[in-house]
Amino acid sequence: MINSTVAELSAALAAGDISSVEITQAYLNRIADLNGELNAFITVCEESALRQAAQADAARATGNNSPLLGIPLAHKDIFCSKDVLTTCGSRMLHNFISPYNAAVVERFNDAGAVLLGKTNMDEFAMGSSNETSFYGAVKNPWNNECVPGGSSGGSAAAVAADLCAMATGTDTGGSIRQPAAFCGVTGFKPSYGRVSRWGMIAFASSLDQAGPIAKSAEDAAIMMNTMAGLDIKDSTSIDKPVEDYTASLNKSLQGLRIGIPKQHFAKGLSAEVEQAVRNALAEYEKLGASIKEIDLPNSHLSVSAYYVVAPAEASANLSRFDGVRYGYRCEDPVDLEDMYKRTRSEGFGEEVKRRILIGTYALSAGFYDAYYRKAQKIRRLIKEDFNSAFKEVDVIVGPTSPHTAFKLGSKSDPVSMYLEDIYTIAVNLAGLPAISIPVGTANGLPMGMHIVGGDFEEAKVLNVAHQLQQNSDWHKQKPAVLASAKGEA
Amino acid sequence: MALDKSEVEKIAHLARLHVSDSEAEEVTTRITDILALIDQMQSVDTDSVEPLAHPLDVVQRLRVDQVTEENQRDQLQKLAPNSQDGLYLVPQVME
Repeated sequence: MINSTVAELSAALAAGDISSVEITQAYLNRIADLNGELNAFITVCEESALRQAAQADAARATGNNSPLLGIPLAHKDIFCSKDVLTTCGSRMLHNFISPYNAAVVERFNDAGAVLLGKTNMDEFAMGSSNETSFYGAVKNPWNNECVPGGSSGGSAAAVAADLCAMATGTDTGGSIRQPAAFCGVTGFKPSYGRVSRWGMIAFASSLDQAGPIAKSAEDAAIMMNTMAGLDIKDSTSIDKPVEDYTASLNKSLQGLRIGIPKQHFAKGLSAEVEQAVRNALAEYEKLGASIKEIDLPNSHLSVSAYYVVAPAEASANLSRFDGVRYGYRCEDPVDLEDMYKRTRSEGFGEEVKRRILIGTYALSAGFYDAYYRKAQKIRRLIKEDFNSAFKEVDVIVGPTSPHTAFKLGSKSDPVSMYLEDIYTIAVNLAGLPAISIPVGTANGLPMGMHIVGGDFEEAKVLNVAHQLQQNSDWHKQKPAVLASAKGEA
Repeated sequence: MALDKSEVEKIAHLARLHVSDSEAEEVTTRITDILALIDQMQSVDTDSVEPLAHPLDVVQRLRVDQVTEENQRDQLQKLAPNSQDGLYLVPQVME
């Protein structure tokens, strides 16, 4: 039962084969068995989850058949959830009980989903390994010596290890897609503006976007039907009708034009990931798609531009953490400046402080043109590369990450960690929708394939991902190490 | 561009962060490495390129200037490290 997809659970609940209380209890048992080892959850909401599940069962008895009614989920701990600890992976918010719900949380509540708990993450979503969390690193369920990826590592690990049916994540430079690739699950970053950012703790406001982490592309589409849509509380939320993302999943791929960027199949890509992606591309050809090499000539500049834009926006966003209104405050400050400086130096971890310093430098007098403005110009070149490519192809496909999950503690210098997101970052700069889906394993670790669509082409990206999953079983592969775990397999 | 320790201290002050003497050297090295990564973008001529601040080409929505939120001061101030009589308390600012 716990390894079922949302679509399967939804059908079983509708048929009366199981109750939400039963399935919720099964996940709570699984979390009790495995979270000590995986550290995927920071907070588990046992009592409120069972209460919500009972309410869902009662609502179902009165005829409510909403697809997510009674389905247990986990939210990344970046989403404010009312009366629940919301830490963003930081000591700064170690005591922050949110007084309100993020828009995403509210939408899942309205759909009747059951909140199992809040998942671990890199501090303020800054990291690609989940090792910057104040609450300790998450372990990869496929190999507990490896990272789960980041920053949404807790959500990806929780979905992979069947600690929940589905989870939310956020993606600023790859934070949904890279952990999805490392944990062998499906992770989707929608177009910028498609899902409300209200109540999602801000990292880089022009790049951040929430999305689903799920066991299949179909589940991601079901979740998107609940998550997507205009929210007047988020001034960058887009006023565009929301499609039924499940309606087009079964569209034929006959005639689909797939572009593969030559820059993403070059030096630095491991042979096994390249082979796995090429095998999946061969499946697409069998489904009637054509493959064409394309050029994204400025893609090598995306990491450079991103490490100006994201830290600059972060340095502004994180100035709100000052020890005055909520969160951590240092002991016995001697004066106001001492309070600000010690609160922030003790409350933030190393990586967060580093990015605040970079961003502050890039925005400081005399450097703005050389850094921030220059990066915005590069951002335009990157967006234009995609615009030209999408005149010739329908989707762009490549590897999500150059390799499989790396060992915990193996990347100590920040620059090598930043280069982890080399294939995913450009998509955030351009605001495009993109998904990572599993395409097999190498040495016992999963690999992910990246599918990028044009602006607001989420339905097409989900359709292309779903068709591969209908014709392959890579997304059904499960971590073997967990087979010995107690509870239901 | 390489930074020196005094520049890092100046930036840290602007960001209201404290960098201790024992950390300063490592922080300076790390930031210099990151700036080297960033400086790869300087090799491209962008004189004729318009900056892109935001992925969406949209206009800011405006709303009617009226109060839409309830006053939740008491509830919100419960989250504060130190508050009294509806005010947030901080160390004394003026003598």
